[in-house]
Amino acid sequence: MAGAGGGNDIQWCFSQVKGAVDDDVAEADIISTVEFNHSGELLATGDKGGRVVIFQQEQENKIQSHSRGEYNVYSTFQSHEPEFDYLKSLEIEEKINKIRWLPQKNAAQFLLSTNDKTIKLWKISERDKRPEGYNLKEEDGRYRDPTTVTTLRVPVCRPMDLMVEASPRRIFANAHTYHINSISINSDYETYLSADDLRINLWHLEITDRSFNIVDIKPANMEELTEVITAAEFHPNSCNTFVYSSSKGTIRLCDMRASALCDRHSKLFEEPEDPSNRSFFSEIISSISDVKFSHSGRYMMTRDYLSVKIWDLNMENRPVETYQVHEYLRSKLCSLYENDCIFDKFECCWNGSDSVVMTGSYNNFFRMFDRNTKRDITLEASRENNKPRTVLKPRKVCASGKRKKDEISVDSLDFNKKILHTAWHPKENIIAVATTNNLYIFQDKVN
Amino acid sequence: MSQKQEEENPAEETGEEKQDTQEKEGILPERAEEAKLKAKYPSLGQKPGGSDFLMKRLQKGDYKSLHWSVLLCADEMQKYFDSGDYNMAKAKMKNKQLPSAGPDKNLVTGDHIPTPQDLPQRKSSLVTSKLAGQSFALVAQAGVQWHDLCLLQPLPPGFKRFSCLSLLSSWDYRHATPRPANFVIFL
Repeated sequence: MAGAGGGNDIQWCFSQVKGAVDDDVAEADIISTVEFNHSGELLATGDKGGRVVIFQQEQENKIQSHSRGEYNVYSTFQSHEPEFDYLKSLEIEEKINKIRWLPQKNAAQFLLSTNDKTIKLWKISERDKRPEGYNLKEEDGRYRDPTTVTTLRVPVCRPMDLMVEASPRRIFANAHTYHINSISINSDYETYLSADDLRINLWHLEITDRSFNIVDIKPANMEELTEVITAAEFHPNSCNTFVYSSSKGTIRLCDMRASALCDRHSKLFEEPEDPSNRSFFSEIISSISDVKFSHSGRYMMTRDYLSVKIWDLNMENRPVETYQVHEYLRSKLCSLYENDCIFDKFECCWNGSDSVVMTGSYNNFFRMFDRNTKRDITLEASRENNKPRTVLKPRKVCASGKRKKDEISVDSLDFNKKILHTAWHPKENIIAVATTNNLYIFQDKVN
Repeated sequence: MSQKQEEENPAEETGEEKQDTQEKEGILPERAEEAKLKAKYPSLGQKPGGSDFLMKRLQKGDYKSLHWSVLLCADEMQKYFDSGDYNMAKAKMKNKQLPSAGPDKNLVTGDHIPTPQDLPQRKSSLVTSKLAGQSFALVAQAGVQWHDLCLLQPLPPGFKRFSCLSLLSSWDYRHATPRPANFVIFL
């Protein structure tokens, strides 16, 4: 059992939990995305109510060297509002689908947040000084009667309580007919892509009234539609390369230098399937819910319903590593189809050194796979272990037969408690795990 | 020699017994689940998209498609000239399914001037997220009440928040804009 101690295994400890304790979850509070910024100092979450909450890591306390800085609320704002498309008679949800941070260029922070239809560039800036001593205004803002002014003074900048302001700088709208599922910032830090079910568009961060369509898989006759785009991402180093995954379990890598419209892929990653194993569920569970490049750019990871696969960009015919997340669910597919859980879209993430990958599961479990030691661990995000620096106990699901003492049987799993969104600090062993309405932060034990 | 043959045969034998053991080794779970599903829902087509569950969703107007095949029918659903047209068509389709009492009476279709009480509730846009903590208790509480109101008034199927209320949020004075010390929103 990995993580239980010994050797170089990481021991994960509870650090913080954010959010309400009550079981009655308002739909607006359901967390829909989690993302660390490039330095790891900021952690952004988006929810179904269209709000973004940003947490900031406290500066490390030199005295208390046995724990890293805590994350506290830095800023919160309403990113998207619900809308109604009158032309199509459709509601547009305000749920934040994805947040992506821009690398920091100056004192302000920038992030892109998107709902189903509109992408917004937000600027988050700090203000800790304000001018005092105006001649025509009182300190509380009221205007002074100019006739009462007898002397002049020069306003002076004085420190004030830190104020964090969020303002929308760009709004990129009206470019997607279908629901946006991904945004990805290019390594040139000037352009980004947005992908919906059938199309991928390329934007420039400065230009909001135009975008280029780079992938269009919409068939002339919609009846011929057989697959959709489920996720897309730019390569971390090559600004001309991006990948997109499909509902059929394939990943296409495209090179924008080849042509303006990248309908023809440069590489097609597909694992051959044994046709005798095919069932009604095969296509549904092979649909890729997330694709993420490794930090190095050599590998990419895909998440389908039951497994995580790591692909080497140099090899298209099969993944180099496959990890089973919850294989015991294969014998429950019928009920998972009936309660819609089979359509859950789990995300996955790499650690900073690309040696460990993490993804979520049901019952508030999440799984980590160490690529080097080939060991995996299952942990639970629960308020039961919420004393800081409590080491998390590994969990185990018993598929069938005799259940051992600490194991939990498949039938006892709570399928309403799912961890779809996780994030790993880019430099340290700090992870953010989102349950339905709570955000858990865990870190490795620092001795 | 005979032992070797026995070992080779399992791969080739197509007898029922051999199939059973092969299935038990791992092909069985998915197929068994498929059989269970087909037994429960005999009209299930081969394509997941054509299933009853997903069609039911479409009829309810639930476009949060779980399965992408909803896209195939989405085009069909978008033939309405305007919002009134949509309303009328929905009313016709739902004729048999309309609840007997109440909610649809509140539906505004142009007969009278709507008042805020008639229209489906919309949530305030400035409720603080619970992740941001309890320091904005007043606003958060008001937000909870707002949600409760929303729940109390059942909406007819397919008419979730369908109204011209997108304008309402900008001049809704029911909730004071929070002015916490640290957070300012510039719009």
